[in-house]
Amino acid sequence: MSDTPLTHPDNQEPTAFTQAQLEWLPWLAPLPEDELTDRHYAGLVDAARAKSPYFRLLARDPDTLGARTRTDKDIFYNPDAGLPRAERELSATATSRFNGCIYCASVHARFASHFSHREGDVQRLLDEGVSADLGPRWNAIVAASAALSATPSDFGPEHIDGLRAVGLDDYAIADALQGAAFFNWANRLMLSLGEPQLQVGG
Amino acid sequence: MTNTLALQGTVPDVIDLLVGIRPGDALDTVRRHRLQARTHAHTSYLALFAPTAPVPGSVTLAERHAVAAFVAGLHQQPEAAGFYAAALVAHDAPPGLTPAIAAEIAHGAARGPYGRYPAGPLSAEDAEGPVYRVAPTARAVLGARLSAALEHANLLVFRPRDASPQALQELLNAGWSATDIVILSQLVAFLSFQIRVVVGLRALAAHPALPQTTEVQP
Repeated sequence: MSDTPLTHPDNQEPTAFTQAQLEWLPWLAPLPEDELTDRHYAGLVDAARAKSPYFRLLARDPDTLGARTRTDKDIFYNPDAGLPRAERELSATATSRFNGCIYCASVHARFASHFSHREGDVQRLLDEGVSADLGPRWNAIVAASAALSATPSDFGPEHIDGLRAVGLDDYAIADALQGAAFFNWANRLMLSLGEPQLQVGG
Repeated sequence: MTNTLALQGTVPDVIDLLVGIRPGDALDTVRRHRLQARTHAHTSYLALFAPTAPVPGSVTLAERHAVAAFVAGLHQQPEAAGFYAAALVAHDAPPGLTPAIAAEIAHGAARGPYGRYPAGPLSAEDAEGPVYRVAPTARAVLGARLSAALEHANLLVFRPRDASPQALQELLNAGWSATDIVILSQLVAFLSFQIRVVVGLRALAAHPALPQTTEVQP
């Protein structure tokens, strides 16, 4: 077994945060699709993810991948009350912007724009960073996400107050917290196991 | 190795434990509102710290707990740091390992995130900070393999945007396989999630909403 990092010397990396569709190139070999077992497919959760180099790389530890994916889906996709989907995506985008994950930010900025119809505000978050003025409600969610993402965390009662002041109940606050916390997980995988790629002609 | 499914009913939910949530608490209700997220945050913990046989890769439980104690210490969240420090002791850490990890937590302390962007407009946001290397005295106790893991873990915790193929090459050189690196990366990244949920929910628990009442607070 020859484990050496994969390098992509000809890759054109994005040098700014963007809502454009990016690709992602792995630095370690994903599992070959024809070597995936039932346990790997259980970890992938959706069989279509076998097409993704990122998920086939994470499938090297299939049980952790499966548990992570199910955590992700409930935090972001469960429609039952709590924070509106657009603002869960805002917490993911703000966290990715703060940590510096251009790939993650691109995906979740598109979702935030799609669900909020506020593409211009989302772009200002990408362009200006987490201090961009996006109105009181989004400012509170972005500030809480960034504070929670600092290491050690800067999150405190003033952030809870800030979220309550713009109308979030405890269910919505918990969604914002979990959205930001989850992207501290996702950002570190995406940033450290591969690199983003501008789409050819994109 | 232990069986994850068998443990699921016996290992208490770690986030509840570290936040201090008991059945019936307001935050118990809030967490159970996202029941799949609650359940699978815990199965993620079990998959990393009590993996099911046959276990992929060759990352030992002692290595997993040593890295976890280091990462939790760097986050300076007292309950999580205490939990993973105790878990390292409980997993028969060899003599000298626990104090060496404690010393490296102090040696590796920083405030993140910092690091560099690809050269371009974002270079104006490049932020310098310490590049952690295991102290020579600790390296003698930890060995090359665990030392490489701590150095990579510190990079992931504080300056993930400095990650590179070269950083992975250092792990490969120290005996970490591609699968081992995925496990190590998941472990550090998962803790970055779990500890933040604990931080956030503890803040929420300590700062409950005022009851819906017309009475004025004194």
